[in-house]
Amino acid sequence: MEFRIQTTALLPEEDRHALEAPSCGGYVSFEGWVRDHNEGQQVLKLEYQAYEQLATREGTRILDEAAARFPIENAVCVHRVGELEIGDLAVWVGVSSGHRDEAFRACRFIIDEVKQRVPIWKKEYYVSGDSGWVNCEACATPGHSHG
Amino acid sequence: MKTLAIEYFAIFRDHAGTDKETLHTEADTPADLFAELSVRHGFPELQTVKVAINDEFGDWNTQLNEGDSVVFIPPVAGG
Repeated sequence: MEFRIQTTALLPEEDRHALEAPSCGGYVSFEGWVRDHNEGQQVLKLEYQAYEQLATREGTRILDEAAARFPIENAVCVHRVGELEIGDLAVWVGVSSGHRDEAFRACRFIIDEVKQRVPIWKKEYYVSGDSGWVNCEACATPGHSHG
Repeated sequence: MKTLAIEYFAIFRDHAGTDKETLHTEADTPADLFAELSVRHGFPELQTVKVAINDEFGDWNTQLNEGDSVVFIPPVAGG
């Protein structure tokens, strides 16, 4: 199991080798790409930031949880940070297992949990000239409290 | 008074204008500290903010100790 943050381009064709095993009959991967629009706005580019120490800890916990829930052989997740252009690969998840069903399910579980729990943030730069931190601007209204 | 190491990310970094600072404070808990820093840096009110103490998720009402590192975590958006 490995969860990693990196600033350089992701290379799934290299990372997938860590998942190969004679006991595995299936490999499932997910690639998250930078999209040119979000919630009605045209997006020019993205900036990702990560709290690397805690992101790596929480990401590793998610992979361990996936291995406890589903009978998989191995799982790796790599998330890129820094400035990314449209079409760039932002996150990659790879899972290998004896049979395909658990690999599909574990891969879905991992990407869903990563998006919800790992301290990584995404700033969108729009064609309009505006920019904003996703999930932070819309809810930045008076009356909401932390906790 | 205690000395704390604060690190800022994302929207809090933009408002603080720095990625980290060393702070001398009377704040006893992360909740006290967040209130103090929200005033100083003009942080926006966000729906869900978490706190990390010494690189692990922490509780808003835990006691802060001399030398602790503290990070406030705005809503995440990986993927």
